[in-house]
Amino acid sequence: MTRDMLRLDALAIGTLDAIDLEIGLGEIVCLSGASGSGKSRLLRAVADLEPHDGEVWLDRQAQSATPGHVWRRQVMLVPAESHWWAERVGDHLPTPSDEDLAALGFEPEVLEWEVARLSTGEKQRLALLRAVAREPHALLLDEPTANLDDATAQGVEAWLTERVRKRGWPTLWVAHDRAQIRRVSDRHLHIDTGRLRAREVGS
Amino acid sequence: MNVIVLSWWQLALAASMVVALAGCTALARLGMSRSLLVAALRTVIQLALVGVVLEVLFAAERLVWVALMALVMLLIAGRETMARQKRRLLGGWAFGIGTLSMFFSSFTVTILTLTVIIGPDPWYRPQYAIPLLGMMLGNTMTGVALALDRLTDTAWRQRDVIESRLMLGQPWREAIGDIRREAMRSGLMPMINAMAAAGVVSLPGMMTGQILAGTAPALAVKYQILIMFTITLGTGFGTLAAVAAGSRRLFDSRERLRLDRLSLPRS
Repeated sequence: MTRDMLRLDALAIGTLDAIDLEIGLGEIVCLSGASGSGKSRLLRAVADLEPHDGEVWLDRQAQSATPGHVWRRQVMLVPAESHWWAERVGDHLPTPSDEDLAALGFEPEVLEWEVARLSTGEKQRLALLRAVAREPHALLLDEPTANLDDATAQGVEAWLTERVRKRGWPTLWVAHDRAQIRRVSDRHLHIDTGRLRAREVGS
Repeated sequence: MNVIVLSWWQLALAASMVVALAGCTALARLGMSRSLLVAALRTVIQLALVGVVLEVLFAAERLVWVALMALVMLLIAGRETMARQKRRLLGGWAFGIGTLSMFFSSFTVTILTLTVIIGPDPWYRPQYAIPLLGMMLGNTMTGVALALDRLTDTAWRQRDVIESRLMLGQPWREAIGDIRREAMRSGLMPMINAMAAAGVVSLPGMMTGQILAGTAPALAVKYQILIMFTITLGTGFGTLAAVAAGSRRLFDSRERLRLDRLSLPRS
C-alpha cells in the first residue's frame, strides 16, 4: 500500500486559473462541469501531458522535479477514449489476476483477443484494467463508465472504489451522473467559470 | 576507345522528340505537357550551368572552390528535404535537422572514401570529389526526406496512441518506437531495393556512364559496388541521425508530445 497524497498548487491551464486542491489517501474527489469547462485539460495538466503553470505534489515529490514518464507512471490518467497499439489485448498490460478480470466481466481468454474486435464498452473496461494493473500511486479518471450500461457501470464502479480504498490512491474522477457521484465520491467539486466550487455530495 | 563526341544539334534532335511527346499529351488532354516542358527546360539550363561550373572547377583544382561547391550543394539539398515534407518541424528545425544529418553522413563518408579508399591526388580532386558527393547527397536527401516525412506524418495521425502510451508511463522513446522504426524503414528501403535489383533489373546509371565513356566493364562494376555501398552508408547514417533528432524534437523536456511544433500541411 502506498502512502501518498496528491496536491495541486496554483495549477493553471486554459480557462482554469490557480487551482488549489488536496486529495487524501484513498479519497475519491468527483469533478463535474459543463463540457468545455476544462475538466479533461485539468486532468491532462495533473498528468503533465500539456504545458501548464503551477505545481503538483505527490506526497513530497514535485511534478517538475520528476522525469515525465516517471511521474505519469505514478499519477495515472485514464482518458475517456482508449487507444491501443498492439494486436492482442494481452500485449498492453502486465498479466492481471483472474479476480480482476472476472470483476470486470471477462474470462482470462480476453488477453488473447484482438483489439480490433473489441466493442467500445469492452475497450473502456480493459483500459481501466490496463492502467490499474500498473499499480500507480494516484488515479485520474475521465468518465470511466461513459460507454457502459448501468449494471456494468455499477460493477466497474464497485471494483474501482474497492481498489482505490485498498491501495490508498488519491483519485480525481470526472463524472456527470449524480447517482454515480453519490455512490463513489467523498467530495464533489464543480467547475464553474474557471473555478472549483465544492458541492454537497448527493445534491 | 574514345567517346563519340555529341554535338548540340544531336541533342536538339532528342529535344524535338520530347516536344513531340508534350504535343501528344496535350492532344490527349492529359494535362502533363506544360510540366513536362518546364522540367525538360530546367534539365537543359541546370546541367549546362553545372557543366560550366565543373569546367572552371576542374581547371582551378583548389580546395576552397571545391568546398564552396559542396556547401552550395548541401544547402540546396537541405532546402529540398524540407520542401518534400508534408508536416515539417517549425522554427528552422526541419531545415536544420535535414541539413545537419546530411552534412555529417554524406561529408564524412565522401571524405573517408576519397582519402582511404580511392585516394586521388590531391584527395579533393574535383573529378572525383564532386560527382561522389553529388551521388551521396542526392540519395541521402531522398532517404532523409522520406524518413522525416513518414515520422512527422505518422506521429500526427497516431497522436492519440502515442499519448495513450505516455499516460501509461512509457518513456517517449518507447511511446514513439514503432513510428521511428517505420520512418527508418521508409528512408532505407529505396537504397536496399536498388542494391537488390542492381545489375539484374536495372543497370546503375554511373556504371552505364563509365562504360559509355570507355571504361572496362570490370572496373566500372567495381566503382559501382563502391558507390552503392557508400551511398547506403551515407543514407543509412543520415536517416538514423535525422530520425533520432526529429523524434526527439517531437517531445519536450517533460516528455510531452508537442505536435504544435509541426506546421500545417500544405494543400
